[in-house]
Amino acid sequence: MTAEVQTPYELTVNGRPRLVEDALPTESLLFVLRERLGLPGSKNACEQGECGSCSVLVDGVLVCACLELAGATVGCEITTVEGLGKAASNGNGESDPLDLPDMLSDVQRAMVEAGGVQCGFCTPGFVVAIHDLLARNPAPGPLAVREALAGNLCRCTGYGRILAAIQSVVDARTDDARTDDARTDDATTDDGRAVDVRVDGSRTS
Amino acid sequence: MTVVDDRVAATSDRTDRAGRVGDSPVRPDGAAKVRGEFAFASDMGVENMLWGCTLRSPHPHAGIRSIPIGPALAIPGVVAVLTAEDLVGTPVYGLISADQPVLASDVVRYVGEAVALVAADHPDTARKAAAAIAVEYEPLPRLTDPAAALDPATPAIHPDGNVIRRMAVEHGDSGAGAGTVVVEGTYEVGTQDQAFLGPEAGLAVPDGEGGVDLWIATQWLHHDRDQVASCLGLAPEDVRLHLGGVGGAFGAREDISLQVHACLLALRTGRPVKMSYPRDESFVGHVHRHPARMRYRHHAGGDGRLVKVEAEILLDGGAYASSSWAVVANAARFAAGPYRVPNVVVDAAVVRTNNPPCGAMRGFGAVQVCFAHEAQMDKLAAVLRIDPVELRLRNALASGDVLPTGQTITGTAPVRECIEAAAALPLPAPAQPESDEWLALPGGVGRTADPRRVRRGVGFAVGYKNLMYSEGFDDDSEARVRLEGGVATVACAVAEVGQGFVTLAGQIVRTVLGGARAVIAPADTTSVGSAGSTSASRQTWMSGGAVLLACQDVASQVLAAHAERRGVPVQALRLTEDGRIVGAGADGGDIDLTVAEAAGPDLFEATAVHRHQRTVPLDDRGQGDADVSFVFAAHRAVVDVDVDLGLVRVVQITTGQDVGRVLHPTQLMGQIEGGIAQGLGLAVMEELVVDDGVIRNPSFTDYLLPTIADMPEVLATCIEQPEPGAPLGAKGVGEPPTISSTAAIAAAIRAATGVDVTRVPVRPWDLI
Repeated sequence: MTAEVQTPYELTVNGRPRLVEDALPTESLLFVLRERLGLPGSKNACEQGECGSCSVLVDGVLVCACLELAGATVGCEITTVEGLGKAASNGNGESDPLDLPDMLSDVQRAMVEAGGVQCGFCTPGFVVAIHDLLARNPAPGPLAVREALAGNLCRCTGYGRILAAIQSVVDARTDDARTDDARTDDATTDDGRAVDVRVDGSRTS
Repeated sequence: MTVVDDRVAATSDRTDRAGRVGDSPVRPDGAAKVRGEFAFASDMGVENMLWGCTLRSPHPHAGIRSIPIGPALAIPGVVAVLTAEDLVGTPVYGLISADQPVLASDVVRYVGEAVALVAADHPDTARKAAAAIAVEYEPLPRLTDPAAALDPATPAIHPDGNVIRRMAVEHGDSGAGAGTVVVEGTYEVGTQDQAFLGPEAGLAVPDGEGGVDLWIATQWLHHDRDQVASCLGLAPEDVRLHLGGVGGAFGAREDISLQVHACLLALRTGRPVKMSYPRDESFVGHVHRHPARMRYRHHAGGDGRLVKVEAEILLDGGAYASSSWAVVANAARFAAGPYRVPNVVVDAAVVRTNNPPCGAMRGFGAVQVCFAHEAQMDKLAAVLRIDPVELRLRNALASGDVLPTGQTITGTAPVRECIEAAAALPLPAPAQPESDEWLALPGGVGRTADPRRVRRGVGFAVGYKNLMYSEGFDDDSEARVRLEGGVATVACAVAEVGQGFVTLAGQIVRTVLGGARAVIAPADTTSVGSAGSTSASRQTWMSGGAVLLACQDVASQVLAAHAERRGVPVQALRLTEDGRIVGAGADGGDIDLTVAEAAGPDLFEATAVHRHQRTVPLDDRGQGDADVSFVFAAHRAVVDVDVDLGLVRVVQITTGQDVGRVLHPTQLMGQIEGGIAQGLGLAVMEELVVDDGVIRNPSFTDYLLPTIADMPEVLATCIEQPEPGAPLGAKGVGEPPTISSTAAIAAAIRAATGVDVTRVPVRPWDLI
């Protein structure tokens, strides 16, 4: 490794302290999440803040992880797509899940059921951004949804099924709120933050 | 006819969980994808791996005097630097003909051509090292005008010459006289990029015995394997490809990108090597949709019936051949559009230039000519004062008609039905001049529109293309299905690129092998034969067919075994359409159980190869039964145009699409909407600006993809006429949405502005 390695530092990711060692000071939050902390859910499609595939929350603010220096997020609460569900699922889809696993958040579940997922590369960014949108605005109108998500590019779906997924979440949450004001849901906290963390930092090879 | 929107809605009810063909089960990889756990090729990594980086040419055309690698090797962390001198296998590759150097040795022919490779312990180090290689170039004259490339007097820029393919399609009486009406036009299509989101990426792992394993995002594992093995000088069995998660493809992953490079570095260093292109490199690291120049002359009778179509088509293939040979043949065959035309004269060429190489993209040659032939149809309609939809209906192809190649359409051709369906869907509400919903206006939340200066237009277009490979190519597919303990494991080397083949394979299993759980094994080159490419809208037909055949074989085996167990003749039992075995038992009682129940714990396995009907090469007049099947779609576009600023908002797209049979309503709608988005992009947003061989906008900041704010309402009606010969009665659905949506939007812009739009993408300055 080259000589510019930074002093080890700690990031708080999905509620857990994570030590970052051997990093260069120039490394983005996206790179550190993906390559050093075993959290490849945030994707690297453009690395210039145009596509939203690396959307994460830093202290509750939706940002592109590719535009954040990792070292600058020390002391912040970082939430990635891996922090939005409950527990680990099973790899690249070798199972036959006609019924989706319970660990999915309502947004995640709706994205799969409505057909909002094709290649899936934009999906984690959309999942984080939709959680953020609905946390700030529980019942956005069609144009508000489009404006809020215009920073997330999808090349496969043409967005129609993603819009359908969002509508189904809005409808379900509205129904839930009506029938049970006190209801809480671990997987979809009101502020869109993680409440549970996937500890697994393993890599697929 | 099926209005897909309704069925999508109907099947979103979670009580529909049979998951058979015709249902909308969830994707088997969906949960992993929404959780960020699905391993894309760019997500892969192992201990001790190195990062590979490519040094690329900054010149469109230059000789190479020297490649001094010393300074790069001296950088701490750099493990290897490779140039053409290090190659031991075949030094060139290519999809159809091998004409592209693995690494340039004496000359570079486009900006972005690979010159050297670096492996280092950190991607930044690898990039710094590549930048430290000061290649000494001698710039050569650039050939960037495709018309000049067609001129025999122009010096060849490649040993294979400048004309990759020139072909004629001549049908009927080429000297036929003019009809009552003649309209002419010259049209141009800019360069479109596939712009998949997942970058080119791969991980090469040496096996320590001279061979290598490569995890790769690709469209065709086996063809990649053969090219990689050839370039490495290895036997095919020493190169094992495994599908890494693919973040979209759209044609751009048919060609080799980093496959050979990553393996070269891994074999040289003896360590795993990962490569993952940044976006600017991706823009030069894969082929693009061919830019086109087209001149058309249409002759028609006073009743609007086409008499003759003449077309000259020139595609710019860029520096290397890729699939240009086949793309130009598509442009030539489908040049006249989905119409009855007794006399056709097409002269089509694709040439080599020092521009970026072009190859496959969704629609594959049919997109470019559709823009032109549909503009011509509108011109005819205007001259003849016939409604554009009516004109198209009068000329619409139908089953039994003869195409410009002389081939008779023996399958379904519901062109009329597609047109009528697209035209029948409801129009959107009129534009509201007082609207303060800026996002709904041209220019969006930039608030540039004066609502009183916004004009609405409606346009129509129809297109078609082939399914599967053509001109004698036998693109078969193999699948193996193994049923054991109620689990049916499907092995098929299909590249799942997002289209949903993995979902469909499960549906076929659940339909044929009732009661079985479907498991789709990872795709690779070691466990099963080739599935062919995920392209040409062919995998549902070809590999869906292979999985179907294998499942049917397994079901028959189970039936025979069950007949023996129950002591009845095989003929006493039969398989039902929902995967059950029924019949009369030896004791006179009924037998009725699922295939999985009948199989019990026993193992049943079958391997099937699925072939399509034979096709033949075209003769020198472009005649011959070159195609397996044809697919059609019509689009109606509604646009609002800010006539002062030339900004366009697409308000609505309707479509009637020929699908054969709906297999998965939700995934079908996803293909329709996604394809239309790419058609919209080509119409008004997406152009790779190439200036004398140099791409000026290789980023998502400057190459504009449609966002969720740009996409209009999409309404679709699917025409279900099961296709004879198609394994499930279904036609491929991926490409048709992209073919005529662009042309429909262009027509709507003409209607809104009165401007004779002859070029896509339409730019603001084209309209004001």
